[in-house]
Amino acid sequence: MASLVVIGCSLGGLDALRVLLAAMPAEFPWPIAIVQHRGKNDDRLLVPLLQEVCALPVGEVEDKQPIALGHIFVAPADYHLLVEPAGFALSIDPPVSYSRPSIDVLFESAAASRRTGAVGVILTGTGEDGAAGAAAIKRRGGLVLVQDPSTATAGAMPGAAIAAAPVDRVLQLEAIAPALAELAREGRLPEALRDDPGPK
Amino acid sequence: MTSTNDPADLDSLELGLLLEGLHRRHGFDLRDYSRASLSRRIERFKQQEGIASTLGLLERALREGDLWERLLRELTIHTTSMFRDPTFFLAFREKVVPLIRTYPFIRIWVAGCSTGEELYSTAIILHEEGLLDRCRLYATDLNEEVVSQAKTGVFPVSSMKESTGSYQAAGGQRPFSEYYTVRDELAILSPALSRTTIFAAHNLVSDASFNEFQMIFIRNVMIYFNRSLQDRVLRLVHGSLCRLGFVCLGRRESMRFSPHEECYEEFVPGEKLYRKVRE
Ligand SMILES: C[S@@+](CC[C@H](N)C(=O)[O-])C[C@H]1O[C@@H](n2cnc3c(N)ncnc32)[C@H](O)[C@@H]1O
Repeated sequence: MASLVVIGCSLGGLDALRVLLAAMPAEFPWPIAIVQHRGKNDDRLLVPLLQEVCALPVGEVEDKQPIALGHIFVAPADYHLLVEPAGFALSIDPPVSYSRPSIDVLFESAAASRRTGAVGVILTGTGEDGAAGAAAIKRRGGLVLVQDPSTATAGAMPGAAIAAAPVDRVLQLEAIAPALAELAREGRLPEALRDDPGPK
Repeated sequence: MTSTNDPADLDSLELGLLLEGLHRRHGFDLRDYSRASLSRRIERFKQQEGIASTLGLLERALREGDLWERLLRELTIHTTSMFRDPTFFLAFREKVVPLIRTYPFIRIWVAGCSTGEELYSTAIILHEEGLLDRCRLYATDLNEEVVSQAKTGVFPVSSMKESTGSYQAAGGQRPFSEYYTVRDELAILSPALSRTTIFAAHNLVSDASFNEFQMIFIRNVMIYFNRSLQDRVLRLVHGSLCRLGFVCLGRRESMRFSPHEECYEEFVPGEKLYRKVRE
């Protein structure tokens, strides 16, 4: 199943995303879809702030946009972002866990359409959005990486994901981009990370 | 014949059978709706009702009228608000109104109007610009219940604070409270606003066009359709629009992936306000 990386973050997410995306190699082959919680009229800044540090093209999703390889797609403010076999879909269904866009909605649809190809990443944030989504990805055989809650700006969200799902790795923020790059190269997690049981 | 035992294919096969059944049994055609949102809502409904499988749901939805009504409510989403995307309404006021002002008579179709917030937002601007009496508005939705609710022009008073903010962000200068009276937690919009509006049930999937319009609002409706249904509905919209007429899509919708793209110019870039420049 074709791979797709889905990333979810909330409080502290912008800084964390800038660290992560700055370290992504320009030849990273897989598409990456991002839900960052934000206010509903907060429209203009997120994409330029991410593009500024990132070698891969970053854009905000339009409805039914095809999922191009090596592109980074950001969920628009006030819309849910969903993955379908043919491309992205948006919806203005009611907020889930008080959020629109919701991380669970993105992750669950990625799990359903990409199965073992879904790679979820939960970064810093308050609340529990993304925990159910991470569990859905694991149920369908995908991979989940989580930022270490003890060093995240806000540990609640990554902590909730760890509690809800048998996640594959708990990593320092700086280690996440290299892990994704290695995964794309080798089709698996790097040796060094596979043996690391992560903090308990 | 092809066959499959891939679980992803089987899930989508089951969902397809459910949608086929609902169409044949209840005449409700969701077969070309976007599958990802649909399956979310169906999963949630199955959980609420304690139904284990999609085919189990189908069996009951074929036979139990009350379960079908609950399912129908879960499947139709009517989220909307007054002056949703205020900058769009500002662009409408500043860029479109000066042009349509020169027309002797203006027909506007608000398709997928839900509970009416978009219609009343438009009517308020037309009223302030002195054009409302020259307009005929048509507010339609698939769902009869929301259309009759739209017709009443009654909204929870609790929503008026947000509406007022959006009205101002959309360039509104008057006290917004001029437009409604309050009774028992309800804000009742001035009936003058909808005096020139016809409210009707209309299904974009199966019903034909019913007039020629200078302007068509179809915002956040086609996001629920798959690409091929979007193309079909855009053809209907295209055929219902006069030359140099305007089409308004939702903020994250676009003509970019449609075969009609070259018939339109982006009239106000970024606001999804398109003008028909070719037949
Ligand atoms: C999310 S609301 C959008 C409301 C409003 N246009 C806005 O942007 O705020 C979508 C509406 O489209 C309606 N709808 C869905 N399918 C339809 C169809 N086939 N024909 C007409 N209306 C439809 C739904 O009933 C719902 O009220």
